[in-house]
Amino acid sequence: MKIDRETVRKIAHLARLEFDEQAEDQIKDSMTEILDWVEQLNEVDTTDIQPLTNMSLEVNKFREDHIGEHLSHQSGLLNAPKKDQHYFRVPKVLD
Amino acid sequence: MVDKEIRDKYTIVVGLEVHAQLLTNSKIFATDSTQYGEAPNTNISAITLGHPGTLPKLNKKVVVYAIKMGLACGCEISRYNIFDRKNYFYPDLPKGYQITQDKTPICLGGGIPIKLGNGVRKTIKLNRIHLEEDAGKSMHLEGQTETLVDFNRAGVPLVEIVTEPDIRSSEEAYAVLTEIRKLVKYLEICDGNMEEGSLRCDANVSVMRKGAQEYGKKVEVKNMNSFRNVQRAIDHEAERQILLLEKGHAILSETRTFDADTGTTAAIRTKEELNDYRYFPEPDLCPFVVSDQWLEEISAAMPSLPQELYQKFVERYELPEYDAEVLTDTKEIAAYFEAICLQTQHYKSASNWIMGPVKSFLNESGITMDQFPISPDRLAELIDLVAADKVSFAIASQKVFPYLLQHPQMPAAQAIEKLNLKQDSNTDNIKPLIAEVLADFPQKVQEYRQGKKGLLGMFMGEVMKRSKGKANPKIANELLRKELS
Repeated sequence: MKIDRETVRKIAHLARLEFDEQAEDQIKDSMTEILDWVEQLNEVDTTDIQPLTNMSLEVNKFREDHIGEHLSHQSGLLNAPKKDQHYFRVPKVLD
Repeated sequence: MVDKEIRDKYTIVVGLEVHAQLLTNSKIFATDSTQYGEAPNTNISAITLGHPGTLPKLNKKVVVYAIKMGLACGCEISRYNIFDRKNYFYPDLPKGYQITQDKTPICLGGGIPIKLGNGVRKTIKLNRIHLEEDAGKSMHLEGQTETLVDFNRAGVPLVEIVTEPDIRSSEEAYAVLTEIRKLVKYLEICDGNMEEGSLRCDANVSVMRKGAQEYGKKVEVKNMNSFRNVQRAIDHEAERQILLLEKGHAILSETRTFDADTGTTAAIRTKEELNDYRYFPEPDLCPFVVSDQWLEEISAAMPSLPQELYQKFVERYELPEYDAEVLTDTKEIAAYFEAICLQTQHYKSASNWIMGPVKSFLNESGITMDQFPISPDRLAELIDLVAADKVSFAIASQKVFPYLLQHPQMPAAQAIEKLNLKQDSNTDNIKPLIAEVLADFPQKVQEYRQGKKGLLGMFMGEVMKRSKGKANPKIANELLRKELS
């Protein structure tokens, strides 16, 4: 599958990444390569086979509804680039 | 305002997405508390904040609650369930994705029966109910260049209830919401508080010409914090769309926010320009399977639902539909009524007592049924005493009832004794009072005998007053008529 520049830009936007023109070409080729490689899987007949959604074969790993240890307010905010006494602060987002 | 004539050319089509916060102690994938109203960023953990290397673990109770809601709505319960990641960037979403159910919603189909003002019944079909985690809360302060983020709410379990576009008016939307709230409260899976945001609703609104085969372009309306505002927002949005179409303009598929002050909607910038959530299965959580046995256990533990109780109250207790409606409004009131009915056969009286004195006391004192001081057994005693003519309803409700509120431990018969309010059915005691009244109002007696029969009420009032309310009204009435004839 050939990835075009438009698709690269769309995916870059969704991932909040920026590329210059040259890097754009490189990533375009890499993505095409990756997809071509994965496409080999199409050679296998998967009729009647359920998609694998998890690498483990476990099911029903639940926990009971108990309150456990919390992260302290101070530790939680510790690595925030910007904060005040109570909140994480981020550049203004308009809804 | 659009002319009714123009409005009538269009059909309004609405679908609702209702988010209900589940009443668990801990979050859906982490052990931090879900308690509302705590200091900002205190109900947090490394999982909630989306730190690298953390792994979610599913809270079992969340699954049970969602299945209960599904059973209550007649949904099919998905046996094999996975979670999916919904990817988008927003500061209140620490991981950059929300864990939700896209491919395998835990409940499919089903419906919400509603009853409209004109008595028409209709069932609004459900598309699905699925599990997901709530996001944090961001606060945009006026004039500030920064947004404040609180992650206490992040990871609180939600069910999202999605209806089919079956709703045809804002009144129907209101009725659906009322039923959903009633159900989650009966099931005790959500407190149904829209002001605190534990129940939230978005509406997809479109309009089409009557008889059209295809739906119009839909607009998603957000930010309604009460049922009433959902109704207002739908009315306004439908009208706005009709006006645009009438002018020959196209409807833009967009998200709009409702302004409760002006009652209007305004376009908002979308979260993700391209709106491409790139769902994929959540690899950090293993699938869960709902076995027959588990489903049976949950099913067996289901409480009576408002619809069932309504039927029972109408059929078994022979109550009018109106009474059944009022008494099933909350689980607590319905339970109180049923508890009275275990002690007395006078079902309609029990209903009258609850809808009358009990409800007005609750309203005046601002308490709920579960805090009501008089036990159902005690009230049943009083109801039986009224039925047995030991005390009149007027005296029972105006004198004995307030006394019992103060002395909830005292048997009703003893309270009546204590207050000296025992109804007097002895004709020898009532007759002299009647003679007294007739002697005091000779003029009125004459008028009555000349045909002014309406005066009977006045005489009755006088007799009752002179008996201090204790005379048996039935007997007094009979005697009075006899004396006057």
